[in-house]
Amino acid sequence: MKKIKAYLPWIVYFVFFLGLLVVNPGTHYIHLVSRVIIFGLYAVAFNLLYGTTGLVSFGHALFYGVGAYITGMLVKATSPEFFVLYILLGAVGAAFVSFFIGLLTLRLTGIYFTMLTLAFAQLVWGLTFKLYNFTGGDDGIQAIAKPEILSGGVTKYYLFSFAVVTICIYVLWRIRRSPFGAVLNSIRQNPQRITFLGLNVYKNQLKAFVISAFFAGAAGGLYAGLDGSIHPDMLHWPTSGNAILMATIGGMGTFFGPIVGAGILTGLEEIVGKYTEYWSFCIGVVVLIVVLLFPNGVLGIKKIGGSKNNEEKETEVVCNSGD
Amino acid sequence: MDINTFLAQFISGLSTAMLLFLISSGLTLIFGVVNVLNFAHGSFYLLGTYFAYQIMQLFDNFWIGLLAGAVGAGIVGMIIEVLFLRRIYGRAQEGAFQLLMTFAFILILDDMVKFIWGTEYKTISKPASLVGSFNLGTVMVPVYNVFIIVVGFLVVIFAWYFLTKTDTGKTVRASSLDRIMLGLLGTNVPMIMTVVFGVATAMGGLAGVLAAPLRTVTPGAGVEVIIDSMIVVVIGGFGNFWGALLGAIIIGEVLSFGILWVPELATVLTFIVMIVVLIVKPEGLLAKKAVGRK
Repeated sequence: MKKIKAYLPWIVYFVFFLGLLVVNPGTHYIHLVSRVIIFGLYAVAFNLLYGTTGLVSFGHALFYGVGAYITGMLVKATSPEFFVLYILLGAVGAAFVSFFIGLLTLRLTGIYFTMLTLAFAQLVWGLTFKLYNFTGGDDGIQAIAKPEILSGGVTKYYLFSFAVVTICIYVLWRIRRSPFGAVLNSIRQNPQRITFLGLNVYKNQLKAFVISAFFAGAAGGLYAGLDGSIHPDMLHWPTSGNAILMATIGGMGTFFGPIVGAGILTGLEEIVGKYTEYWSFCIGVVVLIVVLLFPNGVLGIKKIGGSKNNEEKETEVVCNSGD
Repeated sequence: MDINTFLAQFISGLSTAMLLFLISSGLTLIFGVVNVLNFAHGSFYLLGTYFAYQIMQLFDNFWIGLLAGAVGAGIVGMIIEVLFLRRIYGRAQEGAFQLLMTFAFILILDDMVKFIWGTEYKTISKPASLVGSFNLGTVMVPVYNVFIIVVGFLVVIFAWYFLTKTDTGKTVRASSLDRIMLGLLGTNVPMIMTVVFGVATAMGGLAGVLAAPLRTVTPGAGVEVIIDSMIVVVIGGFGNFWGALLGAIIIGEVLSFGILWVPELATVLTFIVMIVVLIVKPEGLLAKKAVGRK
C-alpha cells in the first residue's frame, strides 16, 4: 500500500499528460501544455538546488538560455536531422558552463551566492546582445527547423517533449532519492554536520549545481524546438525569477511541486491574459498569497495539516545550525 | 583623451553616480536595518516619477512634483512594509521569501503604473531655473547635472549628520547591529523599521523624479534601474551606507567612461566589476568583517 502511495504522483503525472491526448482539446491547448511540461522540467531541475540543497540561485536563466541557444545555433549551422543530439549537446554545454560558474559562486553563501549567480547570468545576457553575428542580438534566432519526424502538427512535438521530460524527471527523481540526494537534503538542513560526517559540502553542492544546470539546459533546448524561435529574454533575470516562482508556488519541499507551479503560472498567464493584459499583476497577487498563507506551496498544504512535527523539526535544525 | 573630454565625462559620470547613490543608499539602508533585500526598490523609483508627473499635470511646478514623488513613494513603501513585509521577518529560508515577495511587488506595482498611466512615453521637463549650461574652464557643464550632484552631496552630509550625531540616528544604527537587544531596552523596533523603510523608499522616489528629465519616463524604468543599484550595493557591501557612495561613484564612472572607450561592452562592464568584487572581496569594498564566505 505504501508503495502505491509513493508512486501516486507518477500515476497522476502520466494520467494527466497522456490523458490530454485522449481528450484532445485542440492545438492551442496542446501547445500550452507543452510549455507547461518544458517549464516543469526547468523548475524541477532548479528545485534540486533550491528546495533540496537550499541554494537560492538567481541565475538559472543562464543555463536554460545556453541550452536553448546551443540547440538553436547548431540547428541553424547544420541541418535539423540531429535535433535530438543537439538538445543533448545544449544540456552538456549548460553543464560545462555551470561547472566553472559553480566553482566560483559556491565559494560564497546566502545572499552573496544569489547575487553572484545573478551577475553571471546578466553578464551573458548582456553579451548575447553584443555578439550579433553569433546570437542574432535582440532578434534572437528565428525559424529553427525540426527534423521530419517531429514537424507538422503540435501533437508530435508534444509527445517528443513529454518523452524527453519524463526521462529527465525520472533521472532527477532517482537522484533525489539516492544517497547523494539525501546528502544534498542534509546540506540544506545542516551543512556543519555534513562536514563533521566527513563529506565535502562544496563538492556535493557543485555536483548538484552541474546536474541542475544540465537539465535546465535540456529544457531550454526543448523550448527552442517548440516555437522554433529563441530570444535573449530567455537569459534575462525574470526568467531566473520564474524558476523560483514556479518552485515556490508548487511547493519547493516536494518533488512534483515545481511542475504544478509551472502549470499554475502558465495557466494564469493564459486565462488572465484572455481578459486583460495585466496578467503579471495577477501573478504578483498569487505569489503574495502563496508567500503569506501557503509558504510550503500548493503541494505542501497537506503537509502542514498532516505532520506538523516534521515541519518543526526542520526549523529547529535550521536554528541549531546558525553560523 | 584630452583633459576637457575627461572632465566632461567625469562630471556626467558623477551625476549618474549621485542618482544611483540616492537609490542604492535606500536599498542598503533597508538591508542594514530591516534586513530585507528589497528587489522592488526600482518600483518605488518608478512610482516617484509617476506621482511627480501626475502632480505636475495639476500644478506645473517641478518642486511640488519632486516633493510629491518622494513623499508618495515613501507612503506606499510604509504601507507595504506594515501590511506585508512585516509578516515574513524571521521565517526559515527568509531570503528566498523576501526575494519572492519583493518580486511580486515589482509585478504588481509596475502593472498598476501601466494600468493607471498607460505605456506611452511621458516627459517631465527641467525647471526653468536649471535649464542650460555654464562654462567650467573650457568644458560646458549642464546646470541640471550639477544640481543632481549637489543634491546627492546634501543627502550624504545630512545622512552622515543624522546617523552619527543624533540619538535617533544612533538608534537606527543600533537596530542594524542587534535588533533584539534594542527591543529589550525599550525601543519600538518595528516602528523604526517602518520609518526607515519609508525614508528609503522616499529616497528612491526622489531619485526617480530627479532622473526623469534626463531619461524617458516609461513603466520599464524601474526594472532597468534596480539591477544597477543592486550592483552598487554589492560592491559597497550590503548595509554599508558609505559603501553605497563608493559603489555608486565607481559604477557611475564605469558607465560614463565605458561608453567612451569600449562602447559595445559598456553595459556588460558593470557586471564584470560586480563579479570581480564578489570573487575577491564578497563582503564589499568597505566592509570590515568577512562574511558570506565558506
